[in-house]
Amino acid sequence: MEKPSTQTYEDLKEIAYTLRVECVRMIHHAKSGHVGGSLGLADVFAALFFKILRHDPSNPTWEERDRFILSNGHVAPLLYASMAYSGYFPVDELMTLRHLESRLQGHPSRKNLPGIEISTGSLGQGLGVAVGMALALRQKKQSHRIYCSIGDGESQEGSIWEAALSAGFHQLDNLTVFMDRNFIQIDGNTEEIVALEPLVEKWEAFRWHVIEANGHNFESIMNAFEAAQTFKGKPSIILFKTKLGYPVSFMEGNAKWHGTPPNDEEAQKALEEIEHTYREGR
Amino acid sequence: MIVTHYLDPDLFTAVKKKPTRDAFGLATLAMAEKDERIVVLTADVAGSVRANWFADKFPDRFYDMGISEQNMIAVAAGMSLEGLLPYVSTFGVFITGRCYDQVRVLLAYSETNVKLVATHTGVTVGEDGVTHQMLEDVAMMQTLPKMRVIVPCDTREAIKALTAIKDLPGPFYVRLGRQSAPLVTSEDAPFEFGKALMLQDGEDVTLIANGVLVYEALLAARILAEENISARVLNMHTVKPLDNESLMAAALETGAFVTAEEHQCLGGLGSAVASWSSQQNPVPLEMIGMKDEFGQSGKSDELLDYYHLRAPDIVEAAHRVLKRK
Repeated sequence: MEKPSTQTYEDLKEIAYTLRVECVRMIHHAKSGHVGGSLGLADVFAALFFKILRHDPSNPTWEERDRFILSNGHVAPLLYASMAYSGYFPVDELMTLRHLESRLQGHPSRKNLPGIEISTGSLGQGLGVAVGMALALRQKKQSHRIYCSIGDGESQEGSIWEAALSAGFHQLDNLTVFMDRNFIQIDGNTEEIVALEPLVEKWEAFRWHVIEANGHNFESIMNAFEAAQTFKGKPSIILFKTKLGYPVSFMEGNAKWHGTPPNDEEAQKALEEIEHTYREGR
Repeated sequence: MIVTHYLDPDLFTAVKKKPTRDAFGLATLAMAEKDERIVVLTADVAGSVRANWFADKFPDRFYDMGISEQNMIAVAAGMSLEGLLPYVSTFGVFITGRCYDQVRVLLAYSETNVKLVATHTGVTVGEDGVTHQMLEDVAMMQTLPKMRVIVPCDTREAIKALTAIKDLPGPFYVRLGRQSAPLVTSEDAPFEFGKALMLQDGEDVTLIANGVLVYEALLAARILAEENISARVLNMHTVKPLDNESLMAAALETGAFVTAEEHQCLGGLGSAVASWSSQQNPVPLEMIGMKDEFGQSGKSDELLDYYHLRAPDIVEAAHRVLKRK
């Protein structure tokens, strides 16, 4: 497979479109999986996997690679699609998601799939692992970066804040974390379940550098990642404002689509809307 | 017949005592000299787990993660992925129960090279009471796929165990204790992971013990010998994987088992041996251990008496099991 071109924002837009199409197809085929977050983060992942990460998909254990940990492991379909189109494994394999003996487990499994740094899916754990990697790299005087994706609902876990406290204290400026701030968790709006705001002040109080960005605008996404890369003395967190299910009208911002697979009709409609938005804009 | 060269020469005359937790400081310190991968993590109990001995010598490889055990496990997993070899220690209650899910996903399921070392376990923790007397840790750890579980009987054996697992990849759980415990084994006694150490041969019954109960089992065997009952004593330091060969030989040659441990019988060594026996070679079996109850505050020695974790209790269990042969 030829690698997609990544020269312009238009190229990234095309990649994000492809990732969204694959996510809907995979989850529809598996008849289970988390479609809302996978669609909502597709623009961020297109930029991350095709512009930001220093990695060699043909050599997943390359020592100098940037590390990426998906702490919100339920967004696995998007991770798998991003990995396949980057060249980690054949795109054909995507349709094995959640099937018996597939390497593409419902949540990412380190022992199953090369390129998965650590198994995740139990929320609140990946960030601590990222902190451990960042501490180890500092001890070994290595310069590559650690990236970690977390959910906003996930941030109700106490272990997220244990990890945040330690990363801030240790001034881990080799760590970039980004939060999918879509305000949706399974049972509804985060601010109505157990409110997370004010998030900027919380992370700042934990001694982090906080960046706010639009998770559906490539200029904003790229600027945020680059600002995080160059900031010294503190770990950085990017709060990406996104819409769960974007750009599918009946999924957007609807908690029902956190973890419900689309039926045949819904999948068809979702694919049409993704196509239309890509071709025509909104 | 006692295998004398495996036992401390003064064991039955002037027993020496040392806390097994000392082994964590001593072993990590000795290993770190030669192995740069080794880092030590603890959670605000550096002195209690003897990590301060390591910290004094290797401050750049010591991480006090504060009172946040779940994060400590995750951080250790991340460090191991980068090629470091974390030895992680805190009290038994916190390193297993407090962060069971992290241990399950990040260590066992992910098969990361992290060594967990619990220091305060069992009723011999003493005065601090139930919240600090971990009695269910072996149960939790041995049910996890990929996790290996070791319960050394004294400081010498603990040092050998902690050293042996350095070069065995993947997650381990090693259970130590707070209180001074008899030095049972000799300096020269071997430690082989997964291989029980026969401390005394016998024909009538096999006493299968680990941790501080190994000493009690040896005392029990001496009492039984005076009654002309020949007891074999197996130091079953490795609970998982169990030593199939030693158990089979013991079942065939003695035909009766008594297990002894400072842990709940349900889910501990007793359960593991009973499960093995019922499937491989059923023999009558009695268990010494905690019988589905919590401990309480008290002195270590008082608590061992109170919960019937002593040599006379093992002797009585041997009498019962022999009647069932």
